[in-house]
Amino acid sequence: MRIDCRHVWQYISAYIDGEVEAVLRATIDRHLETCEICSAVLDSTRNVVVLVADDRVFELPAGFSSRLHERLERELALGGD
Amino acid sequence: MGRAGKSFEEGYGGPVTTPARTEQEAECIRRILAGEKHLFHALIRPSERAIYVMLLGMLGSEAEAEDAAQETAIKVFLNLKNFRGDSQFRTWVLSIARNEGLGRLRKIGSRKEDSLDAEAEDQGGDFTPAFLTSWREVPAEALERKELAGILREAIAKLPDIYRNVVILRDIEEMEGKEAAAVLGITEGALKVRLHRARALLQRWLAPRLEGFAARPAAAKRKGFFGWKR
Repeated sequence: MRIDCRHVWQYISAYIDGEVEAVLRATIDRHLETCEICSAVLDSTRNVVVLVADDRVFELPAGFSSRLHERLERELALGGD
Repeated sequence: MGRAGKSFEEGYGGPVTTPARTEQEAECIRRILAGEKHLFHALIRPSERAIYVMLLGMLGSEAEAEDAAQETAIKVFLNLKNFRGDSQFRTWVLSIARNEGLGRLRKIGSRKEDSLDAEAEDQGGDFTPAFLTSWREVPAEALERKELAGILREAIAKLPDIYRNVVILRDIEEMEGKEAAAVLGITEGALKVRLHRARALLQRWLAPRLEGFAARPAAAKRKGFFGWKR
Protein backbone atom coordinates (compact mmCIF):
# COMPACT_ATOMS: atom_id res chain seq x y z
CA MET A 1 0.00 0.00 0.00
CA ARG A 2 1.36 3.39 -1.02
CA ILE A 3 0.20 6.76 0.17
CA ASP A 4 0.73 10.27 -1.17
CA CYS A 5 1.62 13.44 0.76
CA ARG A 6 -1.88 14.92 0.71
CA HIS A 7 -3.24 11.70 2.13
CA VAL A 8 -0.61 11.74 4.91
CA TRP A 9 -1.55 15.31 5.88
CA GLN A 10 -5.14 14.19 6.45
CA TYR A 11 -3.91 11.90 9.19
CA ILE A 12 -1.27 14.12 10.83
CA SER A 13 -3.45 15.04 13.80
CA ALA A 14 -4.72 11.49 14.39
CA TYR A 15 -1.16 10.20 13.94
CA ILE A 16 0.11 12.55 16.66
CA ASP A 17 -2.67 11.38 18.98
CA GLY A 18 -1.89 7.71 18.28
CA GLU A 19 -5.34 7.21 16.78
CA VAL A 20 -4.31 5.77 13.41
CA GLU A 21 -4.84 2.02 13.03
CA ALA A 22 -1.75 -0.15 12.75
CA VAL A 23 -1.68 -0.88 9.00
CA LEU A 24 -2.20 2.74 8.02
CA ARG A 25 0.32 3.87 10.63
CA ALA A 26 2.95 1.52 9.17
CA THR A 27 2.19 2.89 5.69
CA ILE A 28 2.57 6.45 6.91
CA ASP A 29 5.81 5.52 8.68
CA ARG A 30 7.25 4.12 5.44
CA HIS A 31 6.26 7.31 3.62
CA LEU A 32 7.86 9.45 6.31
CA GLU A 33 11.15 7.60 5.95
CA THR A 34 11.62 8.98 2.45
CA CYS A 35 9.52 12.17 2.39
CA GLU A 36 11.26 15.09 4.02
CA ILE A 37 8.29 17.42 3.47
CA CYS A 38 5.84 15.20 5.34
CA SER A 39 8.44 14.55 8.06
CA ALA A 40 8.90 18.29 8.52
CA VAL A 41 5.12 18.88 8.54
CA LEU A 42 4.70 16.17 11.18
CA ASP A 43 7.61 17.43 13.32
CA SER A 44 6.46 21.05 13.16
CA THR A 45 2.83 20.18 13.94
CA ARG A 46 3.87 18.02 16.88
CA ASN A 47 6.16 20.82 18.08
CA VAL A 48 3.28 23.32 17.92
CA VAL A 49 1.00 20.95 19.88
CA VAL A 50 3.64 20.58 22.61
CA LEU A 51 4.27 24.32 22.83
CA VAL A 52 0.62 25.41 23.09
CA ALA A 53 0.10 22.87 25.90
CA ASP A 54 2.70 24.59 28.07
CA ASP A 55 1.22 26.43 31.07
CA ARG A 56 3.45 29.42 30.32
CA VAL A 57 1.44 30.27 27.18
CA PHE A 58 -1.70 31.16 29.15
CA GLU A 59 -0.80 32.31 32.61
CA LEU A 60 -3.51 33.34 35.03
CA PRO A 61 -3.48 37.08 35.74
CA ALA A 62 -1.68 37.97 38.99
CA GLY A 63 -4.10 37.63 41.91
CA PHE A 64 -6.73 35.82 39.82
CA SER A 65 -7.13 32.94 42.21
CA SER A 66 -7.28 35.14 45.33
CA ARG A 67 -9.94 37.36 43.81
CA LEU A 68 -11.97 34.34 42.67
CA HIS A 69 -11.92 32.72 46.11
CA GLU A 70 -12.65 36.00 47.90
CA ARG A 71 -15.74 36.44 45.76
CA LEU A 72 -16.71 32.82 46.35
CA GLU A 73 -16.25 33.31 50.08
CA ARG A 74 -18.73 36.16 50.00
CA GLU A 75 -21.18 34.00 48.04
CA LEU A 76 -20.75 31.08 50.41
CA ALA A 77 -21.39 33.38 53.36
CA LEU A 78 -24.67 34.45 51.78
CA GLY A 79 -25.82 30.89 51.95
CA GLY A 80 -26.44 29.73 48.41
CA ASP A 81 -29.20 27.35 49.40
CA MET B 1 4.41 22.37 35.40
CA GLY B 2 3.27 20.13 38.14
CA ARG B 3 -0.38 19.33 38.57
CA ALA B 4 0.05 16.54 41.06
CA GLY B 5 -2.91 15.38 43.09
CA LYS B 6 -3.57 15.79 46.84
CA SER B 7 -6.60 15.20 49.01
CA PHE B 8 -9.36 17.67 48.25
CA GLU B 9 -9.19 19.28 51.66
CA GLU B 10 -5.70 20.56 50.95
CA GLY B 11 -6.60 21.44 47.36
CA TYR B 12 -6.05 18.43 45.22
CA GLY B 13 -4.04 19.79 42.37
CA GLY B 14 -4.44 19.15 38.71
CA PRO B 15 -7.22 18.45 36.25
CA VAL B 16 -6.24 14.91 35.34
CA THR B 17 -9.31 12.74 35.79
CA THR B 18 -8.95 9.30 37.36
CA PRO B 19 -11.52 7.04 39.02
CA ALA B 20 -9.98 7.95 42.40
CA ARG B 21 -10.31 11.65 41.60
CA THR B 22 -13.90 11.19 40.50
CA GLU B 23 -14.68 9.44 43.78
CA GLN B 24 -12.92 12.23 45.73
CA GLU B 25 -14.99 14.80 43.90
CA ALA B 26 -18.22 12.90 44.54
CA GLU B 27 -17.41 12.71 48.25
CA CYS B 28 -16.48 16.39 48.32
CA ILE B 29 -19.77 17.34 46.63
CA ARG B 30 -21.76 15.23 49.11
CA ARG B 31 -20.08 17.01 52.00
CA ILE B 32 -20.61 20.47 50.51
CA LEU B 33 -24.29 19.74 49.96
CA ALA B 34 -24.47 18.47 53.55
CA GLY B 35 -23.25 21.85 54.77
CA GLU B 36 -19.44 21.91 54.56
CA LYS B 37 -19.52 24.75 52.07
CA HIS B 38 -15.91 25.77 52.62
CA LEU B 39 -14.88 22.62 50.72
CA PHE B 40 -16.14 24.22 47.52
CA HIS B 41 -12.89 26.19 47.26
CA ALA B 42 -10.92 22.96 46.95
CA LEU B 43 -13.46 21.43 44.59
CA ILE B 44 -13.33 24.25 42.05
CA ARG B 45 -9.61 25.01 42.32
CA PRO B 46 -8.37 22.34 39.82
CA SER B 47 -10.80 23.68 37.20
CA GLU B 48 -10.22 27.41 37.60
CA ARG B 49 -7.45 27.67 35.06
CA ALA B 50 -9.45 25.75 32.44
CA ILE B 51 -12.49 27.95 33.10
CA TYR B 52 -10.42 31.11 32.63
CA VAL B 53 -8.56 29.96 29.50
CA MET B 54 -11.78 28.81 27.85
CA LEU B 55 -13.52 32.11 28.60
CA LEU B 56 -10.50 34.12 27.50
CA GLY B 57 -10.60 32.25 24.20
CA MET B 58 -14.29 33.04 23.79
CA LEU B 59 -14.33 36.62 25.02
CA GLY B 60 -10.86 37.86 24.10
CA SER B 61 -10.50 40.15 27.11
CA GLU B 62 -8.66 39.25 30.30
CA ALA B 63 -10.91 41.40 32.50
CA GLU B 64 -14.10 40.03 30.94
CA ALA B 65 -12.81 36.46 31.17
CA GLU B 66 -11.94 36.90 34.84
CA ASP B 67 -15.36 38.30 35.67
CA ALA B 68 -17.04 35.52 33.69
CA ALA B 69 -14.87 32.94 35.47
CA GLN B 70 -16.04 34.26 38.85
CA GLU B 71 -19.67 34.14 37.70
CA THR B 72 -19.13 30.60 36.47
CA ALA B 73 -17.71 29.46 39.80
CA ILE B 74 -20.69 30.98 41.62
CA LYS B 75 -23.14 29.29 39.22
CA VAL B 76 -21.37 25.98 39.75
CA PHE B 77 -21.76 26.40 43.50
CA LEU B 78 -25.41 27.43 43.29
CA ASN B 79 -26.24 24.54 40.95
CA LEU B 80 -24.12 21.90 42.61
CA LYS B 81 -27.17 19.97 43.74
CA ASN B 82 -28.07 19.49 40.05
CA PHE B 83 -24.81 17.73 39.22
CA ARG B 84 -25.83 14.12 38.71
CA GLY B 85 -22.44 12.62 38.04
CA ASP B 86 -23.39 11.29 34.62
CA SER B 87 -20.56 13.38 33.18
CA GLN B 88 -17.24 14.23 34.77
CA PHE B 89 -17.33 17.19 37.14
CA ARG B 90 -14.89 19.21 35.02
CA THR B 91 -16.97 18.56 31.90
CA TRP B 92 -20.03 19.90 33.68
CA VAL B 93 -18.13 22.92 35.02
CA LEU B 94 -16.75 23.81 31.58
CA SER B 95 -20.23 23.47 30.06
CA ILE B 96 -21.41 26.08 32.56
CA ALA B 97 -18.39 28.25 31.68
CA ARG B 98 -19.18 27.93 27.99
CA ASN B 99 -22.81 28.92 28.56
CA GLU B 100 -21.63 31.91 30.59
CA GLY B 101 -19.35 32.93 27.70
CA LEU B 102 -22.08 32.43 25.09
CA GLY B 103 -24.52 34.48 27.17
CA ARG B 104 -22.06 37.35 27.32
CA LEU B 105 -21.37 37.14 23.59
CA ARG B 106 -25.10 37.30 22.90
CA LYS B 107 -25.47 40.34 25.15
CA ILE B 108 -22.88 42.28 23.19
CA GLY B 109 -24.52 41.16 19.95
CA SER B 110 -21.55 39.20 18.70
CA ARG B 111 -22.15 36.77 15.86
CA LYS B 112 -19.29 34.72 17.23
CA GLU B 113 -20.11 31.12 18.03
CA ASP B 114 -23.19 31.24 15.84
CA SER B 115 -23.32 31.94 12.13
CA LEU B 116 -19.62 32.59 11.63
CA ASP B 117 -18.84 29.20 13.03
CA ALA B 118 -21.44 27.52 10.88
CA GLU B 119 -19.97 29.22 7.82
CA ALA B 120 -16.47 28.16 8.72
CA GLU B 121 -17.66 24.58 9.14
CA ASP B 122 -19.59 24.51 5.87
CA GLN B 123 -17.03 26.17 3.70
CA GLY B 124 -14.34 23.75 4.67
CA GLY B 125 -11.52 26.11 3.83
CA ASP B 126 -7.89 25.43 3.07
CA PHE B 127 -6.30 23.33 5.76
CA THR B 128 -3.12 22.35 3.96
CA PRO B 129 -0.07 22.74 6.18
CA ALA B 130 2.93 24.96 5.56
CA PHE B 131 5.37 23.17 3.26
CA LEU B 132 8.73 22.67 4.87
CA THR B 133 11.70 20.58 3.93
CA SER B 134 13.15 20.49 7.42
CA TRP B 135 12.16 21.50 10.92
CA ARG B 136 14.39 22.53 13.78
CA GLU B 137 12.57 21.90 17.03
CA VAL B 138 11.58 24.82 19.22
CA PRO B 139 12.25 23.58 22.77
CA ALA B 140 9.77 24.30 25.56
CA GLU B 141 12.54 26.27 27.35
CA ALA B 142 12.19 28.90 24.63
CA LEU B 143 8.91 29.83 26.35
CA GLU B 144 11.02 31.66 28.92
CA ARG B 145 10.95 34.34 26.22
CA LYS B 146 7.63 36.15 26.64
CA GLU B 147 7.65 36.95 22.93
CA LEU B 148 7.18 33.27 22.02
CA ALA B 149 4.20 32.85 24.38
CA GLY B 150 2.73 35.98 22.80
CA ILE B 151 3.08 34.57 19.28
CA LEU B 152 1.39 31.32 20.34
CA ARG B 153 -1.47 33.21 22.01
CA GLU B 154 -1.88 35.33 18.88
CA ALA B 155 -2.06 32.21 16.70
CA ILE B 156 -4.74 30.69 18.92
CA ALA B 157 -6.67 33.97 19.02
CA LYS B 158 -6.69 34.08 15.21
CA LEU B 159 -8.39 30.69 14.90
CA PRO B 160 -12.11 30.66 14.08
CA ASP B 161 -14.03 30.08 17.33
CA ILE B 162 -15.01 26.50 16.61
CA TYR B 163 -11.38 25.55 16.15
CA ARG B 164 -10.06 27.65 19.03
CA ASN B 165 -12.42 25.98 21.51
CA VAL B 166 -11.23 22.56 20.44
CA VAL B 167 -7.55 23.49 20.75
CA ILE B 168 -8.15 24.96 24.20
CA LEU B 169 -9.92 21.86 25.50
CA ARG B 170 -7.84 19.16 23.80
CA ASP B 171 -4.34 20.60 23.46
CA ILE B 172 -4.17 23.23 26.19
CA GLU B 173 -6.32 21.64 28.89
CA GLU B 174 -5.49 18.13 27.64
CA MET B 175 -9.02 16.82 28.02
CA GLU B 176 -10.02 13.45 26.56
CA GLY B 177 -11.85 13.66 23.24
CA LYS B 178 -15.10 12.38 24.73
CA GLU B 179 -14.97 14.93 27.55
CA ALA B 180 -14.16 17.85 25.21
CA ALA B 181 -16.91 16.83 22.79
CA ALA B 182 -19.41 16.77 25.68
CA VAL B 183 -18.45 20.31 26.75
CA LEU B 184 -18.94 21.59 23.20
CA GLY B 185 -22.06 19.51 22.53
CA ILE B 186 -20.61 17.90 19.39
CA THR B 187 -19.73 14.36 18.39
CA GLU B 188 -16.26 12.96 18.89
CA GLY B 189 -15.97 12.65 15.11
CA ALA B 190 -16.68 16.35 14.62
CA LEU B 191 -14.21 17.14 17.39
CA LYS B 192 -11.45 15.20 15.60
CA VAL B 193 -12.12 16.96 12.31
CA ARG B 194 -12.00 20.35 14.01
CA LEU B 195 -8.85 19.48 15.93
CA HIS B 196 -7.12 18.36 12.75
CA ARG B 197 -8.06 21.58 10.97
CA ALA B 198 -7.10 23.72 13.94
CA ARG B 199 -3.66 22.15 14.18
CA ALA B 200 -3.13 22.57 10.42
CA LEU B 201 -4.06 26.26 10.66
CA LEU B 202 -1.74 26.72 13.64
CA GLN B 203 1.14 24.93 11.94
CA ARG B 204 0.75 27.00 8.78
CA TRP B 205 0.66 30.31 10.62
CA LEU B 206 3.28 29.48 13.21
CA ALA B 207 5.91 27.59 11.22
CA PRO B 208 7.49 30.67 9.60
CA ARG B 209 7.23 32.64 12.86
CA LEU B 210 8.85 30.08 15.11
CA GLU B 211 12.09 29.70 13.17
CA GLY B 212 13.95 32.22 15.29
CA PHE B 213 13.14 30.27 18.46
CA ALA B 214 14.57 26.95 17.29
CA ALA B 215 17.36 25.27 19.20
CA ARG B 216 20.80 26.13 17.89
CA PRO B 217 22.39 23.39 15.75
CA ALA B 218 24.47 21.04 17.86
CA ALA B 219 28.24 21.39 17.73
CA ALA B 220 28.37 17.86 16.32
CA LYS B 221 26.95 19.19 13.07
CA ARG B 222 30.04 21.29 12.48
CA LYS B 223 31.31 20.67 9.00
CA GLY B 224 35.08 20.33 8.64
CA PHE B 225 36.96 23.60 8.71
CA PHE B 226 34.40 25.45 6.69
CA GLY B 227 31.90 26.62 9.23
CA TRP B 228 28.53 25.38 10.30
CA LYS B 229 26.57 22.84 8.39
CA ARG B 230 23.15 24.21 7.51
